[in-house]
Parts: sequence; structure tokens; C-alpha cells
Amino acid sequence: MMEITEGSHAVAEAVRLCRPQVIAAYPITPQTHIVEALADMVANCKLDADYITVDSEFSALSACLGASAAGSRTYSATTSQGLALMFEVCFNVAGMRLPIVMSITNRALGAPLSIWNDQQDSISLRDSGWIQFYAEDNQEATDLHIIAYRVAEDFSILLPAFVCFDGFILSHTYEPIDILSQEDVDKFLPKFTPYQRLDAADPISFGMYATPDYYLEFRYETDCALKRAKGVIQKVGKEFGTMFGRDYSALVEGYRLDDAETAIVAMGSICGTVKDAIDEMRDAGKKVGLLKIRVFRPFPDDEIAQALSKVQRVAVLDKDISLGSKGAVALEVRDALYKTGIPVKGYILGLGGRDVRKKDIKEIVSLVEKGIGDQFFGLRKELL
Amino acid sequence: MRELRIHGRGGQGSVTAAELIAIAAFEGGVYVQAFPAFGVERRGAPVQAFVRFDDKKIRKRSQVYEPDYIIVQDSSLIKDVNVFQGVKKGGIVIVNTEKKPDYKVPEGVKLITIDATSIALKALGLPITNTSLMGAFAAATGEIKFSALENALNHRFPKDLAVKNIEAARQAFDTVKRSI
Repeated sequence: MMEITEGSHAVAEAVRLCRPQVIAAYPITPQTHIVEALADMVANCKLDADYITVDSEFSALSACLGASAAGSRTYSATTSQGLALMFEVCFNVAGMRLPIVMSITNRALGAPLSIWNDQQDSISLRDSGWIQFYAEDNQEATDLHIIAYRVAEDFSILLPAFVCFDGFILSHTYEPIDILSQEDVDKFLPKFTPYQRLDAADPISFGMYATPDYYLEFRYETDCALKRAKGVIQKVGKEFGTMFGRDYSALVEGYRLDDAETAIVAMGSICGTVKDAIDEMRDAGKKVGLLKIRVFRPFPDDEIAQALSKVQRVAVLDKDISLGSKGAVALEVRDALYKTGIPVKGYILGLGGRDVRKKDIKEIVSLVEKGIGDQFFGLRKELL
Repeated sequence: MRELRIHGRGGQGSVTAAELIAIAAFEGGVYVQAFPAFGVERRGAPVQAFVRFDDKKIRKRSQVYEPDYIIVQDSSLIKDVNVFQGVKKGGIVIVNTEKKPDYKVPEGVKLITIDATSIALKALGLPITNTSLMGAFAAATGEIKFSALENALNHRFPKDLAVKNIEAARQAFDTVKRSI
């Protein structure tokens, strides 16, 4: 049923519909509304789960790790410094192949302290082995949680997943969202059956020593599983579309790209603003299109190369920066297009909540047309 | 697309007003988007909240710079913040004040003043003006029906509070209707 609800509350509803058995989380802005809502549901018997209150994000994800290893469907949510504090545990969760799903309300990392949006937090965990979804709007953020559990728990994958949606810009926005029924979600997402679990009657170990004779193979297997997730996301996303009318089979999604000369590549909520800017540029006769990256890990390199094969130039928008290098998305898009020779320019923008407007997107298009890029965009020169 | 910007101070319910206006407008069959300007909200500090209305799905995520409508919950903001900035020609500005305006709105913009604080004090016993100004907004712009506003308030508040807030909204609605 369509209702006007806050992004955070819609996500909490979606999580409830996924029937997690254990939730462990530590509140942090702008994630707080999600975990408050879930704690409320557990306290009021609307969700039959153990809600573990913890002293930190490190403990939150550690508790999830144990609960998942014991065979329960497990959920957490965090952002920014909270995710940074989970860094160590994130690698362990992926290495132990535990299908935990975690919401990330994307927020900048300190210092200086910023509670506002960019995508530095989850991008900084790009090498951890978690699947990473990025939502354009709150409908997508909501649906992707349900899809994430299916993909993560697939026996051929068994990896954790982030569902990333922009802090405040989506998490605190009220808009129309179709919340699925429990009956529908139950049909799509069956009860969690662990492949293996901690069981005193049949003991096994997770995360043991791997000597130099074994470690390399573990990493290889984890990488293979993450790459296999592409196919599973396509299959599960299509199935979701067949059942509920919203198809998420595409890892990347084109908008007015068919005859585009200039392509913009972006992730997350900025894609909506880009689409509006593209419509206006199209009306003015400019052949511009968007390629939205919905799944950043596994990285859809072949899909990007195929989608952009006919464009003349590419502008990549990064709400992150690999300091001392470039934007993480731009680097990987350039790698995906290396063989084609299509020029790719990156633009670092919107960090720490700096607003990005249609006129900014138009300005970036004129910059890339002139071959100017690989730079920060929107710097206030008077402050430098 | 039409856009509303609400100026208030932390604690006056600007964000709630944006949400409830969005809910009421959606009942009337338009797409909506409501969100706060993400500041470090403290009681008394200037805050902003926004609502977009459109006949199709709203994709844009930037803040509102050229609003069609402005609500100013606290006229003392006018000297601190450029509350009328960017307002479109033909736009409507609603200011909560009991005084005659000693400021000018841009040319071609309609100014409506209403003493929402007195209405709120009478109806709620508290100087929380958001629900009164929602009533004024409904009357001045026609973006939301009063019945939809009533439904949104009934849905949000416990019964006794809903009744009082609907009364405040009704009084402001009638006052503005009479004045235009």
C-alpha cells in the first residue's frame, strides 16, 4: 500500500517484514530513526526478534557476527564513524561468510566532524567483501533490503550486504512508498536456513587461523563468491520485479543513454537530480544520459563497459575521495572502460552535505565536454 | 512542480508541518516530497523545512531555492534570515505576526499575515504555531484540502491533541479565507 512515510521508517518496516531474529545496533545520526523504530517494534511485540543493546558499533556488529554464526537472520544499521568503528568486524563477517544485512545511512567521516551526507563511509569499506547496494530513492532503499537478504543468504554466495542510502537526503525525507505485505515478503524471502552454524552438538569453528598454506585460497574463494553475486542479484532482482512490479535485475541502469554523447555516472540519491537536469539539457538539444550504479560491490565492470560503449565521454560523480588519488567510482569506471579508450573524467562533489543542484550537473557536463575534470567540484575559492 | 519553504525556530514544529502538509497533499492525489534542511537543530535556532508538490514522481533532491510558497513561523527571523530569498513571482508568503509588516516582500509576491501565535495559545495553550499555519496554508494556496489536513492531524496526534490542533488549523483557515 502506498503511504507517505519517512525513509528511515520505511526501511525499518522492510526490515521487520524480513523477520530478522537478532538485531544489534548502536544509535548514530542519521541512522537513529531506523533502530528506534525497530526497538519499538520489538518492545511492542510487532517483531519477534532479540534486540541487543550494545555499548558501541564494534560490539553491535560483533554481536551480529555471533548471532549469524549461530544460525539466525541478523540485522544492524550504522553510518560514518560507527561504520569506521566496525571496520575490523566487517572483514571478519565477510571472511566467515555470514549473510548479515546492514543499512548504511551514508554520512561523511570526521575530522572535521560532519553529520551530513556523502558516501565516504561505505566506499571506505569497499575492500571488505560486503555486497554494496546504493539506493536512488526510498522505495528502492526499502526494496533493496528484502533483495539483500535473498542474495546474501543464497548458498552460492553467503556474504554480508550493505544497503546504502543517503543520510538525511533519503533517511529523513517523507515521500510515497509502497510497503509490501508480510504475506508477499514471506513468499519472496523464505525462512533463513543456515548452510552451517555453531552447534554444540556438532561443533565447527568459524574464522580460525589460516596459515600461509591456506589464506590465499580463502581470499580467492571469497572474491569468487562476491563476483558470483552479480548473477544472483540479476536473478533475484528480476524475480522481485515479476512479483511486485519493480525490477531490480540491473546492476547498472541507464537513463536516456541510448543516443547519448555524454554520459554521467553516479550512485545514490543524486541520480534523481541528475535525471531532472538531463531532461532539461535534452530539451536544449544536448545529448546527455545517466548511468546509475546500483551495485558497487561486486563491481559491474562488464555491464558498465557495455552500457557506455557508444558514448563519446563520461563524467563520474563521486561523493567520496580516495585521498591522495581520485574518486573511488571514477577510478573503477575508468578501469572498466580502459579498453574502449573513451575518456573518463571524475568530479568530487557534495562532500559533507554540500547541496548538489541541477545547475551543478549542467556545469559538469560543460566541463567534461571541454575535457576538464579529475577535480573537486564546487569549491568555495574564498575559503582556500 | 510547486515548492514550499518553511522558516521557523527549533521547537516550533516546522518539520512536522512539512510532513503533515505532504501527507494531506498526497491524499489529494499529487506526488509529494517533504524534508528538513539538515542543520544542527536546537531549540530556538533558525530551521527550515521543505515540501515539493508535483503531478509526477519527484526525483530532484536538492534543497528549495525558488519556492512558490513560504511560511514564516516566527517573524523575528525576518531580520536574521533572508526568508523571502528566491520566492517566485506570483508566489505566496505567509507570516505569523500580530504586527503590521515593516518589511517588504519581493514584487509580485502576495503577503498574508496571520496572528497564529494567539490562535495557538487559545486553542492549544501553547505558542506552537505549526498547525495553525497549516490551516492558513490550506486556505491561501489550495494545495491541500482542509479535510485532508484534518485526517493527517487525526492520524498523527492522540485524540485530545488532534481535536485542539484541528481547532487551531480551522481558525487560521477561516481567518485567511475571510481575508482573501
